[in-house]
Amino acid sequence: MPKVIKTKKQDLKFPKSLTGIQGLDLITEGGLPRNRPTLVLGNTGCGKTIMAMEFLVNGIVLFDESAVFFSFEEDIAELVLNVKSLGFDLDKHIANNRLYLEHIPITRSKISDTGNYDIEGLFIRLGEAIKKVKAKRVVLDSLDNLFYRFDYKVLRSEFKRLLTWLKGIDVTAIITGEIGNTLTSRDGIEEYVADCVIVLDNRVVNQITTRRLRIVKYRGSVHGNNEYPFTIDSNGIIVLPFIEGAIQQKSSSKRILSGIPDLDEMLDKKGFFLGSSVLVSGTAGTGKTSIAATFSYSVCKNKLRCLYCAFEEAPNQVVRNMRSIGISLDSFLKSGHLQFYYARPTLQNLELHLIAIKEMIHELKPNVVILDPITNLMTEGPNSDIRTILTRFVDFLKLHQITVMFTAAITVGSIERNPSDEGISSMVDTWIMVQDIEVDAKRTRSLCIMKSRGMSHSNEVRRFNITKTGIHLLPIVTHENSPSTETKRAIKEHLNLSTSKESIGIK
Amino acid sequence: MKVKNGSVQSTIKVEADEISGERYLLRLIITGILPNSARAVANAKAICEKYLTGRYELEIIDIYQQPSLALEEQIIAIPVLIKKLPLPEERVIGDLSDTEMVLDGLNII
Repeated sequence: MPKVIKTKKQDLKFPKSLTGIQGLDLITEGGLPRNRPTLVLGNTGCGKTIMAMEFLVNGIVLFDESAVFFSFEEDIAELVLNVKSLGFDLDKHIANNRLYLEHIPITRSKISDTGNYDIEGLFIRLGEAIKKVKAKRVVLDSLDNLFYRFDYKVLRSEFKRLLTWLKGIDVTAIITGEIGNTLTSRDGIEEYVADCVIVLDNRVVNQITTRRLRIVKYRGSVHGNNEYPFTIDSNGIIVLPFIEGAIQQKSSSKRILSGIPDLDEMLDKKGFFLGSSVLVSGTAGTGKTSIAATFSYSVCKNKLRCLYCAFEEAPNQVVRNMRSIGISLDSFLKSGHLQFYYARPTLQNLELHLIAIKEMIHELKPNVVILDPITNLMTEGPNSDIRTILTRFVDFLKLHQITVMFTAAITVGSIERNPSDEGISSMVDTWIMVQDIEVDAKRTRSLCIMKSRGMSHSNEVRRFNITKTGIHLLPIVTHENSPSTETKRAIKEHLNLSTSKESIGIK
Repeated sequence: MKVKNGSVQSTIKVEADEISGERYLLRLIITGILPNSARAVANAKAICEKYLTGRYELEIIDIYQQPSLALEEQIIAIPVLIKKLPLPEERVIGDLSDTEMVLDGLNII
């Protein structure tokens, strides 16, 4: 039995052509197959043309490879204008003879055919174009019009000829097509045509546009199989991949203080683990933002950087509110240690926010990221989709040793049916719960550490006070010896939901 | 056109003659000596001789000799027979074996 030696970075790697598209090179492990055609399919408006164009422009700008773009749909002026907003200056590249655009108008009516023919004319034009700029990258966008106009059988055999020809002249090609067309459904032409097939999808879920990318096939290479969300922003396409390396990350034993001394005391006297994830959940108005903002204050005071993503209160509101409890964030805003990300939650879906946040993280390199509250972004309700996206995001943060704090609003009543319990609470390393309770006929708040992995933490339910001097945690003491029924209930609930078995009985 | 009743007929007839007497300018694009192309040339000549006797001009162009023409004439399929004149411009693709199709496609009466 021959021994199969699995080497990670050895040779025998399929030669690939980097796309320069963020996230895509990661999930394809190096880009598209070099000197081979890749089929990019999708419905209308899914972004195929943009992806194809970005592949070419990056080729010119980043990898010094000239390109040819044959458009069977939009004319040249339209194309140039459409991608201008992404920062692609096609006119410049054309002027420098790095890019050649040709428009091939094809009417949708069948042409009169009087006998045998082939599409050599297209080959010739393609050849001329490639010669003109010495292209290494080519795009044909999109095939469908050809299929309306010419005979299917002819096109099928011609495409076999085309890809053989493309391989022969050392050109990496992207061919786009509409999904569900005769092109793809009949006899699976992509089997013949492409070594690699990527499918783009553009759906509307809950009135919000959601884009997904999937590598259906990649002959000769390992590839990510999943659907990855992606977005198109002012710089082009960003794909949000699952980072597999994260689970093998070494976890740090370093600690970071929460900014609330009483809380740090409950956390084994040392605070959170550096690079860990923290969830602060509680009903509305219980002080989650105060906890988060106090944490950010402490982070900045220690000369670290904090990115505060606000999804409910506007940044200046947060700053103003914190002033009333003795926390002044103004100086940190000025110095740049504290940066806010504020966007209307309903503007776009969860992934887009996370992608935008990722961008900011790349730019600012914060040590701590706060999302307050995360529940505002989960409009679709708890489901595995959201959980996957959040897992990826948390893994990404772990990879960069960034400590993250989520706040989550829970509805009054059953805690079990809250989003924070369906996915996030089991995902995070530390879970703090804040609740409204009644003590001695007075409404107050309680705080309890539901869990904190890897450390011995207090399971005490403390009274949670926000005063002019900040947040304080006091033991719940009543005038009678035994706590009121409300407090007892709160304590019981806290204990029931506490997932840390070892913490029971430990002070 | 002011004519007496009697001579209207003849005027029309004259006009018809003029119409059918219009010169046809045809351009056949082929790829060298490949079978489709060879057939197309033969068929084109035959059709022209039969239906457009004495009033046609047939240009046969090997696209390999003039590749830039492919873009100029927006060629994809080959062989292609393009009727340049009389206007409007029409074209048919294929080796021209189907005579009916050729005449129909190019609006040749």
